[in-house]
Amino acid sequence: MTDQDELDGILAAHAGREGALLPILHDVQAAFGHVSESAIRHIAQALNLTRAEVHGVVSFYHDFHEEPETRPVLKLCRAESCQARGVEALAAALPDNPRVKVETVYCLGLCSVGPAAMIGHEVHARLDAARLGALVESLA
Amino acid sequence: MTVVRISDDAAALACGANAVAAAFAKAGCTIERVSSWGMHWLEPLAEIDGPNGRMGFGPLTPDDVASVLAGTSGKAIGTIAEHPFIARQQRFTFARAGKTRPLSLEDYAATGGWAGLKRARELGPEATIAEVTQSGLRGRGGAGFPAGIKWTTVAKAAGPVKYIVCNADEGDSATFADRMVMEGDPFMLIEGMAIAGHAVGACKGYIYVRSEYPHAIAKLNAAIALAVPHIAPFEVEVRVGAGAYVCGEETSLLNSLEGKRGEVRAKPPLPALEGLFGKPTVVNNVLTLAAVPWIMANGGAAYAEVGFGRSRGTMPIQLAGNVKHGGLFEVGFGVTLGELVNEIGGGTASGRPVRAVQVGGPLGAYHPPADFHLPFDYEAFAAADGLIGHAGLTVFDETADMSAQARFAMSFCAAESCGKCTPCRIGSTRGVELIDRIRARTGRQADKVETLPQMHNARKAPRTLGDEIELLEDLCETMKFGSLCALGGFTPYPVLSALKHWPEDFGMPAPSQEAAE
Repeated sequence: MTDQDELDGILAAHAGREGALLPILHDVQAAFGHVSESAIRHIAQALNLTRAEVHGVVSFYHDFHEEPETRPVLKLCRAESCQARGVEALAAALPDNPRVKVETVYCLGLCSVGPAAMIGHEVHARLDAARLGALVESLA
Repeated sequence: MTVVRISDDAAALACGANAVAAAFAKAGCTIERVSSWGMHWLEPLAEIDGPNGRMGFGPLTPDDVASVLAGTSGKAIGTIAEHPFIARQQRFTFARAGKTRPLSLEDYAATGGWAGLKRARELGPEATIAEVTQSGLRGRGGAGFPAGIKWTTVAKAAGPVKYIVCNADEGDSATFADRMVMEGDPFMLIEGMAIAGHAVGACKGYIYVRSEYPHAIAKLNAAIALAVPHIAPFEVEVRVGAGAYVCGEETSLLNSLEGKRGEVRAKPPLPALEGLFGKPTVVNNVLTLAAVPWIMANGGAAYAEVGFGRSRGTMPIQLAGNVKHGGLFEVGFGVTLGELVNEIGGGTASGRPVRAVQVGGPLGAYHPPADFHLPFDYEAFAAADGLIGHAGLTVFDETADMSAQARFAMSFCAAESCGKCTPCRIGSTRGVELIDRIRARTGRQADKVETLPQMHNARKAPRTLGDEIELLEDLCETMKFGSLCALGGFTPYPVLSALKHWPEDFGMPAPSQEAAE
C-alpha cells in the first residue's frame, strides 16, 4: 500500500463525520509521523477547505508536526506540581543525549506522584535523577 | 484462591502497578484491576481478602509480594475504607473509587449505576432540570456557573439539533479528578451525559479529552461501546485534543471540535444558544456531569444539604505537588485550606515548612500559610483575590522562589495563548521580559526609539525597580480586564499574588511580621 492509498483510506474512514479535521490529522500524524505538505493538500481537497486553513490548524496544535521526528521522544512534565517536586533540578542535571528528544509537556495528570514522564502511552512517576537518566538511556 | 485488587489507573501504572500485579499473579493470586482509591502516596496499593476482611498494602514493589502473602509485610495499612484519609471524606462522585472494575457493567449496576438515568426518564425533562437546579450544582470546571440555569437555557433554546459537550481537557497542573473519573468510573460520566441529553433534548454528546490522557481515552471508548443499550437513543463520542491547553476554555474547545484552530470565541453569543456548529450546546466539565447521576438517584435536596454558603454539594479536591499525602479528597465545601494541607495532606513531602499553596491550577493564586483559615468556597476564595478553579492544590515548600513562579505563569500564558486577543498574546511575553528584568534587579534605560524627539509621550528617564513593579501591576490589570478568556484574564492571579505575599522575592522589602500574621 502506498502512502497515497493509506491517506485515502484515512480520509474515507472519516468521510461525512462532523468536524473531521482533528481526527484525520491525528490518524495522519500516527501513520506517517508528521503531516506533510502533500498530505495537507489532499486533506484540504477532501474537506473542501483551503490549504491555508488546514495548515493553520496543523500549526496551531502541539501534537501535529510538519516535519518528521526521527528520534524517540520522552515527554517530561514541567508544570507547577512537578516543579514543586523538583523537576527543574532534574531537567537541568539531565545529560544531553542527541539520540533522544526530551520534550516538555504541561501536565500528565500525575501531579501527586511527580516528577512524571511519558514515553508513547507509557507513564512513569516518582522520577529521580537516576531513574530519569535510565529512561532516556533506554531510548537511545 | 486469594483475590488481589490493584488499580489500573494511570497514576498506579506510573508507580509500577503492572509489575506488582504480575508478581501477585505469579504467586497464584486472582487479580482484579479496579479503580484507584485516590491515595496516591500509597500506590501501587493492593487490597487483599484475608481472614479479617479486606486489607490494604502499599506502596508495594514486586519484592513485597511474598511478605504481603505471608502476612508479615510492614506495608499493611489496615482496612482501606477505615483509613483516616478515606473515612474523613464524603464521597458522592467518587463513591465507587477503589471498589469497582471500571469497565464492568455488572459492578456498575450493582453499585447503583443507571438509577439516576432511570429516574430522570420517569420524571421527564423539566423535573430533571428542576432536580439539578435544586441541588445547587455549580460548574466544576472553575467558573462555578449553576448547571441548572445552563441546562434551562439550552432546553428552552429553539431547534431540533442540540449537543452535550463534556469538557475533559483537564490541562491544569494539580488536577487529575477528571482523569480518575474517566479511567475509574467511565459509565458514571456517560450516564451523566445521557441525563443531560434527556433533560435538554440533545441526542448527541461529545467528550473532548486531552491527548495526554491515552488511558482515559481507551477506557472511555470501551465504556461507550458497552453502554450503548443503556443510553440509546443518546449517542456519545470521544474526540481527542491535540496538546493545546487553551482548548480547555469552552469556546476554544468548541472550535477545536469543529476542526478549527482552538481560538477563543467572543461571548455573546453564549454556547448555550449558539455553541457547537452554531447549535444550542451544554458545555460542562467532567466533574459536573459526573455529579448528576448521584443527584438524580438521591435527589437534589440531599446533595444541597452538604456544602457551605452558595457552594453546595461536594468537591473532589486534588492534593498535589510537594505534599506528603497526595491524592483525591472529596468533601463538602467549607473545609479550610489549612486542614487540607496540614491535616489531610500531612504537610510537605520534603518535611520543610510550607511556603505557598497554589489553588486552582496555573491560573490560580498562590496563597501563603496566613490564608489557611479560608474555607473552600467559590465566594470566600474570590474575596481573598483567588479562585478555587478545578480544586487542585499545589503545595510548595520553603525552597520555592516566588518570582520564578510568577515568571513561569507568564511564560506558560505566552506558550499556550491562542493568539486571538492582544493582552494575552503580547502581554504575556512582555510580562516574561519584565519579570526577568525585575529578577535581575537591573532596572531599564530608555531605549533608542523612546529617546527619539518624535516620541513625545515616551518616558525618557530610566526605570527603577519600583517603576518596574508598578508597570507589572499595570500590565496585569490590562490582561485581567482586557483578555477575552480566562487564560489571559487569570494569569495575573498567580503573578499578583506572588508579588503581594512575597515581595522580598521581587527585591522589595518583606511585609512586616504583623501584616503577615
